[in-house]
Amino acid sequence: MIEQLGEATVNWARAQFALTAMYHWIFVPLTLGLSFLLAFFETIYVKTGNEEWKQLTRFWMRLFAVNFAIGVATGIILEFEFGTNWSNYSWMVGDIFGAPLAAEGIFAFFIEATFFAVMFFGWERVSKRMHLFSTWMVAIGSNLSALWILVANAWMQYPVGMKFNPDLARFEMRNFWDILFSPVAISKFTHVTSSAFLLASLFVISVSSWYLLKGRHERFARRSIAVAAVFGLLASGMVGLTGDEAAHTIARVQPVKLAAFEGLYKGEKNAGIVAVGLLNHAKDVDNDEEPFLFAMKVPGILSLLANRRPGSFVPGINDLVYGNEEYGIEGIDRKMAKGRNAVAALAAYKKAKAEGDAAAARSALAAFNRYSEYLGYGYLNKPAEAVPPVPLTFYSFHIMVALGTLLPLVCLAYLYFLYKGSLGRNRWILPIGVVSVFLGWVAQEAGWVVAEVGRQPWAIQGLLPVGVARSNIAASSVQATFFMFLVIFTLLVFAEVKIMTSQIKQGPEEN
Amino acid sequence: MISAIRSTVAAVYRFYRDGFASMTMGRTLWRIIIIKLVILFGVVKLFFMQDFLSQRFETDREKAGYVSGRLIAAAPAGLENQSSKREVNK
Repeated sequence: MIEQLGEATVNWARAQFALTAMYHWIFVPLTLGLSFLLAFFETIYVKTGNEEWKQLTRFWMRLFAVNFAIGVATGIILEFEFGTNWSNYSWMVGDIFGAPLAAEGIFAFFIEATFFAVMFFGWERVSKRMHLFSTWMVAIGSNLSALWILVANAWMQYPVGMKFNPDLARFEMRNFWDILFSPVAISKFTHVTSSAFLLASLFVISVSSWYLLKGRHERFARRSIAVAAVFGLLASGMVGLTGDEAAHTIARVQPVKLAAFEGLYKGEKNAGIVAVGLLNHAKDVDNDEEPFLFAMKVPGILSLLANRRPGSFVPGINDLVYGNEEYGIEGIDRKMAKGRNAVAALAAYKKAKAEGDAAAARSALAAFNRYSEYLGYGYLNKPAEAVPPVPLTFYSFHIMVALGTLLPLVCLAYLYFLYKGSLGRNRWILPIGVVSVFLGWVAQEAGWVVAEVGRQPWAIQGLLPVGVARSNIAASSVQATFFMFLVIFTLLVFAEVKIMTSQIKQGPEEN
Repeated sequence: MISAIRSTVAAVYRFYRDGFASMTMGRTLWRIIIIKLVILFGVVKLFFMQDFLSQRFETDREKAGYVSGRLIAAAPAGLENQSSKREVNK
């Protein structure tokens, strides 16, 4: 009964975190990407001295301001949730997250207090070059500010540069650079920011396409599209390269997640990627059902992604859960036994310390250190619990990849028509352009679902499952705040849409 | 030196004052930001999202003790295997 109550708390706390993170992520990528587009627009203005580019920059800066103002501080709620719903986790990672989050706070404060102010208030008050410098600093600073949050997230997926201190029940930082430059942190930061650049480009294309459809501000719209389409196309290339690197890293540090991406239960050589497929929902790690009702695969691609060799072996969920001696894969059951050793050693250490038995404490600590990297597995009830929800991970991954493949084509088509001077004759592209930004948002959210659902059941990979990370509070209190946040965020999104659309309808200043 | 600092501070003050005074849409956005911060910190944080450990414990030692206790108690009952007992008793 108590276990069921705890499970309800975990599920509501997860739902609440997902809700707030997904709403928060509506605003963030637009800020990250649009800030660079503003810098490009203004650079053209300063280089050419053409006042139309200044007018163009100021218009997009107004929309940037709306998005920034509505989105600012929405991430604070996530930090509130750590303390309230995930207090064990919050305590345990305090030493690791302190530095990156403090760096983020300092960056954000100084950028917002100085360069944001010059960017918004300084048009007629500082020199052109000083204003341009401020706009660039806002772009660089906003993205660096995001770096710290993403480093913290990457650490949860791949905890490095730390050691668990059993006296304080805390992970303590041993090497800041290992955390900052971990392969997961690098691929996450570059993948997230480049996808944000693509989203912002699609936003500019979307609004500009609407003007073209309405026959308004046509020169302004074409100029905006030209810059955004180039930026979007370059960003798409980065999204592809960094996504490939992310998958390669995940294959090494979170192989169950990679197997869930593709619904791969039984490992295989020359493993393929599912181009189109429908999962069999009756399939579970414990049964012999077929994983797919139907699937069309492109052979070799998953092996290539995972190991950089098309014919290589990629372990499936069953190999990872039950072990595969042929490929030297340790099963979860053995990891669970080691994890229980770690928990038992921790208990023995605490007992010995309380009793003042130094020799027993030393012995228990040595045993704990031997097994501490498996600590989290000690809390699992059965090996299958180490598997994330496969359908949600699989479909989110494929939606993200499909949209990530199609959306660059929108940028490419716009560039082609602009280059040929035939955008006016190919108006069929304009409604697609208008819709493209919403598909970009879907891809963004799907990407986070892949990253976060795909790493379940871990709050910290291999070290702390979500069931242990949670606070000992009633599910009903989490439920109540879930609906409160739902209302708050819905009102904020409503405000964003209302103010944004009124600004777009108003259009760029005529003078 | 002091007069230079004074004039810089005055210039910065004027920059912000004039900037805020000339805002049109910005005023609406500032209102939204302020209302949001008041709700988040004055209502949500104060009444609904208090820090679980800080509410119950005063010192870091107490918090560490509580979390350690949870880490030990959360392991599935009856699943501690013989190898773990052997390991600890070595």
